Amino acid sequence: MSSTPFTTRLRCDHCGEFCPDADIYLGDKMFCCEGCRSVYQILSTPELCSYYSINAHPGRPQREPFRSDKFAYLDDPAIAAKVIQFTNGVQTHITLFLPQIHCSSCLWLLEHLTRIDAGIISSTVSFDTKEVFITFRPTTTSLRQIVEMLARIGYEPHLSPGELSMNRQVEPRRKHWYKIGLAGFCFSNIMMLSLPEYLAGPEGIEPDISHFISIIKILLAIPVITYAASGFFIQAWKGLRERYLNIDAPIALALVITFGRSIYEIWSGTGAGYLDSLSGIVFFMLIGRWLQDLTYRAISFDRDFKSFFPMAVQVIKKEKIEQVTIENLKVNDIIQIHHGELVPVDALLSKGDAQIDYSFVTGESIPVPIDKGMIVYAGGKQTSGRIELIVVKEASQSYLTQLWNRDATEQHKTGAHPFIDSLSRYFTYIIFGIGVIAASYWWFHGRPDLMWNAMTTILIVACPCALLLSANFTTGNILRILSLNKFYLKNARVLEMLTRVNAILFDKTGTLTYKSKMQVSYEGIPLNERMKNDLVQLLVHSNHPLSKAIYHFLNVQPDHVAEHFKMSPGEGIEGWIDEHHIKIGSPQFVGAKEIKNKSTLSCISVDQIFIGTFTIHPEYRLGLSRMFNQLKERYTLALLSGDQDSEKETLANQMGRDCDIRFNQRPEDKMHYIQELQQDPNARILMLGDGLNDVPALHQSHVGIAVSDGDNAFAPAADGIIEASHISILDRILSYIRAGKKIILLSFGISILYNVAGLYFAVQGTLSPMIAAILMPMSSITIILITFGLSNYMARRYHLNLNHPES
Amino acid sequence: MSVIILLLLISLLLAGGFLVAFFWSVSDGQFDDAYGSARRLLYKDESDKPETKE
Repeated sequence: MSSTPFTTRLRCDHCGEFCPDADIYLGDKMFCCEGCRSVYQILSTPELCSYYSINAHPGRPQREPFRSDKFAYLDDPAIAAKVIQFTNGVQTHITLFLPQIHCSSCLWLLEHLTRIDAGIISSTVSFDTKEVFITFRPTTTSLRQIVEMLARIGYEPHLSPGELSMNRQVEPRRKHWYKIGLAGFCFSNIMMLSLPEYLAGPEGIEPDISHFISIIKILLAIPVITYAASGFFIQAWKGLRERYLNIDAPIALALVITFGRSIYEIWSGTGAGYLDSLSGIVFFMLIGRWLQDLTYRAISFDRDFKSFFPMAVQVIKKEKIEQVTIENLKVNDIIQIHHGELVPVDALLSKGDAQIDYSFVTGESIPVPIDKGMIVYAGGKQTSGRIELIVVKEASQSYLTQLWNRDATEQHKTGAHPFIDSLSRYFTYIIFGIGVIAASYWWFHGRPDLMWNAMTTILIVACPCALLLSANFTTGNILRILSLNKFYLKNARVLEMLTRVNAILFDKTGTLTYKSKMQVSYEGIPLNERMKNDLVQLLVHSNHPLSKAIYHFLNVQPDHVAEHFKMSPGEGIEGWIDEHHIKIGSPQFVGAKEIKNKSTLSCISVDQIFIGTFTIHPEYRLGLSRMFNQLKERYTLALLSGDQDSEKETLANQMGRDCDIRFNQRPEDKMHYIQELQQDPNARILMLGDGLNDVPALHQSHVGIAVSDGDNAFAPAADGIIEASHISILDRILSYIRAGKKIILLSFGISILYNVAGLYFAVQGTLSPMIAAILMPMSSITIILITFGLSNYMARRYHLNLNHPES
Repeated sequence: MSVIILLLLISLLLAGGFLVAFFWSVSDGQFDDAYGSARRLLYKDESDKPETKE
């Protein structure tokens, strides 16, 4: 418990976090930790100090120092070859993924790396993908040196086996730009060329000029229909082959008919055609698609578990340490794992004090001690010192791999067709119906010449382009606003699915609670200052997270350090202080048999007399009760935790008594729970979870959202990612998404009104072609403005953030 | 009236030139990273001397 008021606390000059104590400084600058200070030391040289002048506190906290040989594996040519893109002995090219990139200072620093390492020839940052492309001389520096240098200044690259650089996905995006540019060029020129005819009045313009203009218009329209609009034809064809009518099918049909009829009118001299409308519509639709596909390129939604592991581990072979990639680990290899590293394979503990944090795999938040000879499962994180393990299963066979590869049925996700598709289907049937009725009317009235005219006019006017436009623009804008609120969705389909959700399941650890913060409460005989000091003297010796949490809770500086003490791994610590025998540990350890053993409990006894119990609670994120209350009105809520049930009361109070709260859920239990709910065909389930233990459930649910703490690059595969700090606004986000669907429907209604009005005047022949040519793009633009305005207005109404964090 | 046709052709040619320039800039990668490029522009003329805050 800190008593210092917030206002007087200093912020670290590197990362902006509060400084815990005032003794880490350099000149007049204060730092929160040694790491930040050493980064500052490197970067405050005259060549680099712009880094600190572009933005205040540009850095990230550097509390965890990295081990000096952590990147030793990069000296191995075979492993380095996986990272290096090109080398000729003189120049080497690499692209590194740095998830820490977040502001313009990062950009500046990373493009001036030559000033830190002279061996670097050039470095270029791709901000969208959070990548840096580095060219260096392998003769003066090395891959390992560069990676270590980056890690030292706070940009540790994310190196993982088998992950492609995002930059290779650049080609389709460029293609989209070409199409937009081309369609815009053709649209504006056809528009301009059409003006003389619109403005000429009843007498028309000279036939040879009119002829010439028509030819140019057709020539300009051909690339629009063959290249710019090709995406719509391809999508429509794909849909038809799967016997499914998507929104592209009626659009493709309308485009073909408009083009055909325009050519016919121009050729027969009966009219000017609709080539300007055609190219305009294609142009606007391409912009709409582009907006919707503006997903977040730096975030991978399909990460597999391998990307959570380092590229290589240290294997001890005949007293020597070798670097071996994870795929090449063999049974009976002896591997060495350091503090804070993940165990990549199932292995037996052979040496060292293992405190394994399985929160990644099971959701259990408190590390478990492992005895020698016991198995440590892949995905466990070592939280005390160095350990040695004997591999018992190769990476591909481990429990974690099997967990991940279990094929949850994907059909719920692919089976749900987007709502614009189903809307456009009804729409298409109705339009076809009207067209056929109109055509047969004229056929039976002996006017077959008017039959084609009527049918094509109806199809052209009723093109569901406006539907596509409003849907794309609205979802594009909603996805953008959600991303400003740290909620990232894979695509528009997920957005659509979220509007139908009726049950929400939460994971506990890491989702509702902070992953590392813990609260301590004490029950028993009140502790005086002397007593606290004695306890702290003992606790200083223990690295166990429980001891550390209690140490911080007591908040006393020990005046001595206990000299006579004994640690029993997994049980507790005991010692003699001032002739008293003090024990801290599990209930059995201190002899309190009536207390049920739990990993969240720590008891104390003095001279064999039981004094009291410390209980560790996870710390809940702020604003959860309010969120649960809001969500309960519309959704069924449930909680599935891999943890023990010590938090049952607290959670029941927050979520409400009627909610299903389950503990000790293994990953497959969570999945089965969802399968059971899905027996009800109307159930639409949203699952939120953070760990690998939630992966099967995230897959099984209709929408799986991964909760990520900090850099969103490290979340399990899911349909979307929410930053943990924003989970308490989930209710507002969901309300906003539902409002978005209404905006699409509304703008679609408006566009139908436009079409009906246009059709009415067109049939009467009272609409001059020029007014029609102006109204067409006007209607598109007003629809775009309406959807944009409404979705921004709704976001404000639900108090969502609308501004880019840096502007 | 053939001068109109000539003018039309010239205007198309001009606009076509801009289109080609756009294609060129896209293939050059100028549209790949809008955020980075926008910021990078601001750093170009900075010297090695430390900058002062305004």
